[in-house]
Formats: sequence, structure tokens, C-alpha cells
Amino acid sequence: MTLETEQQALPGFGQIPFWQSRPVREAAAIVRGFLSRYALLIAFAVLWQISPSLGWTNAAVLPPLNTILVALWNGVTVGTFSGDILISLRRAGLAFGAAVSLGIPLGLFMGQVRFIERSLDPILQLFRQTSALALYPVFILLLGLGETSKVFVIFWATLFPILLATIGGVKQVDPKLIEMARVYGAKRLTVFRRVVLPAALPQIFVGLRLSATTSLLLLIAAEMIGANSGIGFQVMNAQYNFQIPLMFAAILLLALLGLSANFILETLQARLCRWSKVKD
Amino acid sequence: MAVAELTSRGDVTIKNLSKSYSINGRHLNVLQGVSNHIRAGESLAIVGASGSGKTTLLRVLAGLEDADRGEVLIDGQAVHGVGKDRAVIFQEPRLLPWLTVLDNVAFPLENRGLKKAEARARARHYVQLVGLGEFTEALPSQLSGGMAQRVGIARALAVKPEILLLDEPFGALDAMTKITMQEELARIWREEKVTMILVTHDLEEAVYLADRVLILGKEKGGRTREIDVDLPRPRNRSEAGFVKLREQLLNEFGLH
Ligand SMILES: Nc1ncnc2c1ncn2[C@@H]1O[C@H](COP(=O)(O)OP(=O)(O)OP(=O)(O)O)[C@@H](O)[C@H]1O
Ligand SMILES: [Mg+2]
Repeated sequence: MTLETEQQALPGFGQIPFWQSRPVREAAAIVRGFLSRYALLIAFAVLWQISPSLGWTNAAVLPPLNTILVALWNGVTVGTFSGDILISLRRAGLAFGAAVSLGIPLGLFMGQVRFIERSLDPILQLFRQTSALALYPVFILLLGLGETSKVFVIFWATLFPILLATIGGVKQVDPKLIEMARVYGAKRLTVFRRVVLPAALPQIFVGLRLSATTSLLLLIAAEMIGANSGIGFQVMNAQYNFQIPLMFAAILLLALLGLSANFILETLQARLCRWSKVKD
Repeated sequence: MAVAELTSRGDVTIKNLSKSYSINGRHLNVLQGVSNHIRAGESLAIVGASGSGKTTLLRVLAGLEDADRGEVLIDGQAVHGVGKDRAVIFQEPRLLPWLTVLDNVAFPLENRGLKKAEARARARHYVQLVGLGEFTEALPSQLSGGMAQRVGIARALAVKPEILLLDEPFGALDAMTKITMQEELARIWREEKVTMILVTHDLEEAVYLADRVLILGKEKGGRTREIDVDLPRPRNRSEAGFVKLREQLLNEFGLH
């Protein structure tokens, strides 16, 4: 805008060169922004691609990127990958869904009732500190080697981050705001809905993202230990059969899954907590 | 304005209020038989040393705290708990960070059963009254301290209280903003005809805003004293009568 007015005000200066024109400068700014964010990632991918042909790495152990992408494509179109993705998503999704629908309401409740929080906290800490993977044999013993024990071990590990984050979020709500709401006529339910819940939301999202990461982590572990399907199984299976590109393809798939889960939660958080500058 | 004059309610009677706290097993008498009568539309400032019980008294008046003995009557009725006849302006703005300026001011109105559109229309009026008409859609984090405090004032006024309770409302503001806000509050108080009870540390603020200053004593017996501020409004801080009253108040605290 300022540029155009300057131009009119100073006709003697004539036409500005096109590389200084607004569309070009805006495009340049976008490219610069993109590069500053993704330059290292792109460099990493390029390095991965070219180092086998330069003899820096062994292509049999670290295959170039294009073979991995081809293996991924084949795995999805011809192979069993799409089925594995669905199976893995179902396991992690069920466990995550159950953990969230138990953890958030329970956390909201526990965070507000001091007595319950105090009496449940020691046992929660004990459960949380006990590695879920160490308990997996116990779950297998109790629930069998089928889907139930897998989903349960993921659920178990996923529950604590969201539960504890929700409790923490509710406990740190500013009591002065609650008092203000009371002075200004808010009933208990209104205080909860319009003060406690929004105040706890950023913390709840921290818990959600932690839980999502945990659920994928436990998913892979459970599928590596005792499964014959799923992406985690494919990683192990490809390694046994020395299908190295396929193995990396499955690993890449897992990374993409994690990234998209995080992206979805971040987008949701940005929409629901626009007021909050908490980024982590 | 004319309507407000007809309904001159907001008469406060404080009857023999006593309250004590126990801190680490020690008994602490904070209020000891405090009595006073504040006429509807009057402006009372409460001053006193730190720990003399000013905030405690105000919280009892607001209904946030119960007294051990004595009672508070508003327009002849004993009060229990918070009520829509009173609004509080706290030392901090206490805005809900996830609501816009307009929604913060509308919040009490919605709690009192106003339709959303109605609440927002009335809120808009009061946001404009405190000079923030251009910031209705801003979030509290986008406001300066003084602006946020003005939102708190708009929120209190929008509920059309009979009694406005203020606890060091400008304590956190810089000297210049503070003076502007005091002038605005004086104007609003005249226009809205509310009863105003103002706790403050700032003796000049007390003389500028109050019809009467109540001094809470800290020493045993909880003796309270009073000074009438018989100065014409709007008041001039450098005028002789003003300066003299300020000094008289300082002397009450053994200072000059
Ligand atoms: N909730 C409470 N529990 C225990 N003691 C309290 C409580 N609130 C206030 N007190 C005590 O009551 C006394 C008076 O407190 P209050 O906050 O009313 O003083 P104040 O006059 O407002 O002081 P200041 O000018 O510093 O704000 C203090 O000694 C304080 O320790
Ligand atoms: Mg105080």
C-alpha cells in the first residue's frame, strides 16, 4: 500500500523494477519462510538419497530414499500395508479413545474434589511409574494374547498423561477468577463450564498430545512383541526377511502417523484455545 | 439518569461487625464491632494501615465472607452471600482470558438470565462508557493494565448495581493512568448515582473520590474514625482545601 502511494507521489522515479514489485516480494517472503522452516529437512532427505551412490553409506542397510518410497507405494497398493494401517489405527484409536473418555471426565472431577485427589494420588503415581510394557505380560496372562491385551496395554499407558494433565489443569485454575464468577452471579455449573473448563483446556491439550504420542509408542511395542499384523509387526517382519526398503517404508509410515496425529491435535487446540499463547 | 434518581436505593448499614481469624493457632481480631451507615448514592472511602481489615470488611460487604458477629443491612434487608445489588471491582481486573472484552462485560448479565443479544447490547453501552468502544472484540491479553481495569469497571457498572465495592482498584496502575481513571470513576459515579465503597491506600484518591473517609484503626479496640470531605465537585487536587484535608488524613496516621 505504502509502495503504491509513494509511486504516485514521486512520478519522477518512474517504473520500479519487477523484482521489487509487490507480488514478487510476497512470493519471495513465502519461499524464505518455507526454506527457513524446512531447509534442514530437505537437506537431510537429499543427503539420505545421495549418500549410497557416493559410497558414504551401504545401500543394503540404508537404502536411498526413492527405493523406500517405491516400497511404501507398493506396500500400500499391492501389499498389505493398507490393511495394517487400519488394524494399527483401530488398536491405537480404541485405546486412545477409551483413555480420553475416561481420563478427561475423571481428571475434571478429581481436580475439583481435593479429598478424592489427595487419596487417589499415591496410587496413581505408583501406576504411572510402573512401565506399561513391564505389565504387558501380566495383561497377556489375564486377557490372552489377542486384541484385548494389546488394546489394554496401550490404553493403560495412554490414560495417565491425559488424566494427570487434566487434574493439573483444573487445579491450577485461578481461584480469583472463580471468586469473580461467583460475585457476578455464576452458579456452580456455569463456573465449571465457563471458568474451570476453558482454563484447564490448554493443559488438557498438552495431555492429549502426550497421550497420542504414547499410544503410538505402545502400539508399536505391542505389535512387535506378539502380533501378526499391524505396522509394528511389518517393521519386525521386514527386518526378519531382510526386506530393508520395506522396513524403512513401515517406519516412515509410523512417523507420518505420529505427525498427522500431532497436526490434528494442534489444529484443534489452535481453534479451541485461540486466547492462549501456551504452545507446549 | 432521571430514572436512577427516582430509585435511590443502595443504603448500607453496617451493624457491629466483628471477625477474627486464627493464624497458626493464634487468635487475630481483624474487625471489632465496626458500625457505619452509608447513605444511598454516597461515596465512602475506607483507609487504614496494612492489615487493619479493609479487605476483610469489603469482602464481608460483598458476601464473600461471613462475619462472626454483627450484620450488614442493604435497604433494611440483612444480606447473606453475594447478590445482584452489589458489584465488586477487584484490585486485579480478573477478566476471563478466553472471552473478548464485550463477552467479559456480558458475562454477569448472562448469568442473570439476560438473552445473549440483550446482554451484549447492554455490555456494548458500558464498554463505550469507559472509552473502549474500539476494543469490544479484543482479548484481555491484548489490553494494557489500565484498559483491562476499565473493562472490570464496565463489567461492574453493566449489572446496574446499587452498591459498587472497590478494593484498591487503581493500586497497580502508574500515576498518570491512575489520575485519569479516578476522574472517570468520579464522573461515572455522579452519572450512575450508585453507592460507592472504596478501599484504598492512597489518601489523595480517598479525598478526591469520597464524601467521607473512614479510617480503620489497627490498634486494640478497633477504633474507627471519620473525616468528612466537604469539597465541591469536580475536585481540584491542588486547591487549598484539598491539600489541607490530605494533610489532615496524613496526620491521622502520624505522618506529614
Ligand atoms: N483468609 C484469611 N485467613 C487468615 N487470616 C486472614 C485471612 N484474610 C485476612 N487475614 C488476616 O486479617 C488481617 C487483615 O487482613 P486484610 O486483608 O483485611 O487487611 P487490609 O487492611 O486489606 O490490608 P492491606 O492494606 O495490606 O490490603 C491480616 O492480618 C491478615 O493476616
Ligand atoms: Mg487489602
